[in-house]
Amino acid sequence: MKPFTYARPDEASDAVAALVADPDARFLAGGTNLLDHLKLGVVEPSQLVDVNRVTSTEITELDDGTLRIGAGVANSDLAADSRVRRRYPAVAAAILAGASGQLRNMASTGGNLLQRTRCPYFADATTPCTKRSLDEACSAREGWARYHAILGASESCIATHPSDLAVALVAVDAQVQVLGPDGARTIPIGEFHRLPGDDPTRDTVLEHGDLVTAVDLPAPAPAVTNSTYRKVRDRASYAFALVSVAAGLEVRDGVVADVRIALGGVAHKPWRATTAEAALRGRPATDEEFRAAITAELEAAEPVESPLGGNAYKIPLVTGTVVSTLRGLAGGTS
Amino acid sequence: MTTMDARSMGTSVRRIEGPDKVTGTAPYAGDTVADGTLVLYPVQATVARGEITAIDTSAATALPGVAAVVTHLDAPRLADDGDPEHRVLQGTTVHHRGQYVAAVLADHAEVAAEAARLVVVSYDEAPSTTGFDPDGGSYTPSALGNGQAPDSVVGDPDAALAAAPVVVKASYATPMEHHNPMEPHATTATWVDGRAIVHEASQGADLARQTLATLFDAEVEVSSPHVGGGFGTKGFLHAGTVLAVLAARTVPGRPVRFALGRRQMFETVGYRPATVQHMALGAEADGRLDALVHDVVGATARYKEFVEPAGGSSRSMYAAPHRRTSHRAVPLDLDAPTYMRAPGEAPGSFGLECAMDELAVALDMDPIELRVRNEPSVHPENGLPFSSRGLVECLRTGAERFGWSTWDRAPRRRLVDGWWHGVGVGCGTFPAFRMPGSTAEITFTGGRYVVAIGAADIGQGARTVLTQIAADALGVDVGSIEVEIGSTSLPVGSIAGGSAGTASWGSTVVEAADRFRDKYGEDPDDGDHADAATPDNPWAEEFAMAAYVAQFAEVAVHADTGEIRVPRLLGTFGVGRILNPTLGRSQLQGGMVWGLSMALHEESVVDPRFGEVINHDLAGYHIAANADVREIDAQWIDEDDGYVNPMGAKGIGEIGIVGVAAAIANATYHATGVRVRSLPITCDDLLTDPAFG
Ligand SMILES: Cc1cc2nc3c(=O)[nH]c(=O)nc-3n(C[C@H](O)[C@H](O)[C@H](O)COP(=O)(O)OP(=O)(O)OC[C@H]3O[C@@H](n4cnc5c(N)ncnc54)[C@H](O)[C@@H]3O)c2cc1C
Ligand code: SF4
Repeated sequence: MKPFTYARPDEASDAVAALVADPDARFLAGGTNLLDHLKLGVVEPSQLVDVNRVTSTEITELDDGTLRIGAGVANSDLAADSRVRRRYPAVAAAILAGASGQLRNMASTGGNLLQRTRCPYFADATTPCTKRSLDEACSAREGWARYHAILGASESCIATHPSDLAVALVAVDAQVQVLGPDGARTIPIGEFHRLPGDDPTRDTVLEHGDLVTAVDLPAPAPAVTNSTYRKVRDRASYAFALVSVAAGLEVRDGVVADVRIALGGVAHKPWRATTAEAALRGRPATDEEFRAAITAELEAAEPVESPLGGNAYKIPLVTGTVVSTLRGLAGGTS
Repeated sequence: MTTMDARSMGTSVRRIEGPDKVTGTAPYAGDTVADGTLVLYPVQATVARGEITAIDTSAATALPGVAAVVTHLDAPRLADDGDPEHRVLQGTTVHHRGQYVAAVLADHAEVAAEAARLVVVSYDEAPSTTGFDPDGGSYTPSALGNGQAPDSVVGDPDAALAAAPVVVKASYATPMEHHNPMEPHATTATWVDGRAIVHEASQGADLARQTLATLFDAEVEVSSPHVGGGFGTKGFLHAGTVLAVLAARTVPGRPVRFALGRRQMFETVGYRPATVQHMALGAEADGRLDALVHDVVGATARYKEFVEPAGGSSRSMYAAPHRRTSHRAVPLDLDAPTYMRAPGEAPGSFGLECAMDELAVALDMDPIELRVRNEPSVHPENGLPFSSRGLVECLRTGAERFGWSTWDRAPRRRLVDGWWHGVGVGCGTFPAFRMPGSTAEITFTGGRYVVAIGAADIGQGARTVLTQIAADALGVDVGSIEVEIGSTSLPVGSIAGGSAGTASWGSTVVEAADRFRDKYGEDPDDGDHADAATPDNPWAEEFAMAAYVAQFAEVAVHADTGEIRVPRLLGTFGVGRILNPTLGRSQLQGGMVWGLSMALHEESVVDPRFGEVINHDLAGYHIAANADVREIDAQWIDEDDGYVNPMGAKGIGEIGIVGVAAAIANATYHATGVRVRSLPITCDDLLTDPAFG
């Protein structure tokens, strides 16, 4: 491991300034992702700037009904909050579907959104990876691609974003509060993570030095209150998603009044299934309609063929998972 | 032959070192850290095959805190013990990616790791083959990993197949799998006055001592009081131990510690090699087999042969007048495969027992009845009678307990809350034998009997069970026995392997106890002592001896997503006498959990472009998590077999895993109507099969 220095500022602005002054510095929150990458030689920062003293660990309710989650709130505390559980069940369920109890105790809300992909070639400093370096080729495309993207990928990268929480946040239209060198700003979660394009080194739209300070959950619509998170994986716990679905549904008189569908494990970012949502609004809440809607969404899918295992299976898997999840939200067997 | 009387044997004496383990005071090999200990971090080859052309250690050596950098240029020379894996830092040839090419010693782990990164190694890379292609060039190995001949033929199986009214021919694939004991391999070594003192995570301290003594031509002491799981990978020494002892030799007097990281567990300590098994069964309409063929193609390493004896159990499981097993090996430029829990039987039972299930379907016959109908009266290849054989009783007893008869035999019949449910059975066997070469010594001191033998407790409970055996052999309470194991300062012990540890050490302890009583009677004096070597088993050539199991699985498959869960597993075992029900049950259940893991999760994916396992950590290489393990029930039939050993214990270390993957695959077929012939079975296999619907 390359030697590095460590700082623990008391003011958020100092944390931001520390990064601005040093292009190789990184924020450190719970460390559950970053420290692994240090040990593996995936990142080699010159400095770690600990943000635990400068990010809030509180969940507060604003006057307009927004729930504001400090970036320092531990994943387990977020999942246990009674307001979150009641109003945003998909969010609580998503967190509990991820990692382990110990990890969720350490992991922060901000760090969770900024965790890096689980592509094995990314995590192995000896195999080429465009996300680690624009000078290197992508090893996954002709390698072990079972976990990789079917939507929105590019020639340069087919990685998926691993966060469960982020998928649920996309379904509930969360807003990310950021403090940058030029002051504070708000980024809708749907615009927070990027598609890889020709620069997969950047997972999000954040610039170096931008600090996530909070995540806002807007007052819940009925489809958000009736939401859930379904994660499909080979083993029953402690695994990243093959695919996942955060979905919310409001049905009136058998007809879909409102629907939210966000997909995990399919793209470089949590994938809001806008085509499927549009196709479903105003339609009967039946299996056939659910299937037709997600099939329309997946028309854009480009599965990877690879000698070591491709991911064409994700098309039927996403389809089955979405149908099953929406059926459950509509009151049927999921 | 009857077994010896049991008073303590058969009771659940509490694990002796349990309190030490759960309070963290039991010392493991990597825990033995004296002042001044140096941490070893290895430099590993980044090519799969080639020659080292240059090695630059200057930047590493210059790093503050680095005590030494050892390479092939300056490493002490080792004697050749015939095992290529032990030729550590002895030359320039690279046989596999991850091979140790240098070692850094430093006062802190982080410094050692950083220095290792700074060592620059240049290679002349040669073309390599690391992906397993069963149709690629294979050869007939000289022997299997268990020493048996690669091929066996009785009668004319091809002609019998051609004539049989019902034939099943199918190929089954099992992947490369890695043992990942909770405790990765660890060695702490110090050279004092030309002698090596080694703390090693080992399944056999004496084997480790012998190996190191030969390689270094020196006196060696090995202690291994506690081992956090072995499963075969801690039997024969791997390169890491040799590297640690070699590096320590360059810094005499200073302890050197090398504890492998999880990724290194996928590079240097062996694995279960991939197999493809071509099965052919020919049967009469009533189910009786005319022919049984099990042709195996498996991976091995080019630089060191180990061939998984996957066809082995097909030599004894079922009667058939015409039969064949064969093994062919495909050499790869990978590190060498090795023994992994139930080598041969674990993957081999997948091929055989799935094929039997397919035959039952083809015959429209109950798969249990099919097996009963093919129960042999003597060993089908060598004609020996069985010392005892509980397979049919296991099938019948297990079927009853499992509720087998309540299920409709036709597939794809039970859909409950969106999950397809089905049941399956798979059987297995594992040989019961005794290893020679142990010595047990019994000394009466301070009113207690101290029983010393260099046995290994790798978590299976050897310390506890040997205490029980000694108590019964001497006719005293367990409280009067003190067992000492896990060190070469004690009389020699054979390894904990082949499910033969307890049988071998136990027989030796019983022999020593008999001698002790013969010599001193019931009322010995302080200091009286007797010893004995492992007695030969006079029945070894007279009988075929093996443990048996019938595994039953209920599988649930989500109708929309193809997720596979196993709500119930039942193993019914015929394994002789269970010496300690609590420990025995956890051995058997542990094996079954691994069988579940093998069925649904475990697979090492080699990326041939890089020559390495790409899912080389526990996030990528899945083993069953707690949530995967629902009801796991292990039961055993009463079996009194005095031919195997005086205790009547057949060995239970490995049989637990055997047959589980087949039972789960067969249950998956029963649940969904989709037959998956390749492990692990995942939702991909089902979702992409038109029959899944
Ligand atoms: C074994 C294992 C299993 C896991 N399983 C899952 C799973 O199933 N599902 C899942 O979703 N996740 C899973 N995770 C990932 C886990 O959720 C993340 O590691 C965790 O959420 C990261 O949070 P942290 O606070 O520890 O981040 P850190 O590791 O401290 O930081 C992660 C990144 O975020 C940046 N960062 C941290 N805070 C801020 C901030 N306030 N502003 C800007 N940048 C910041 C850091 O610079 C770093 O780049 C798993 C992790 C492990 C180790
Ligand atoms: S998919 Fe992306 S992260 Fe993975 S190897 Fe390719 S570029 Fe790297």
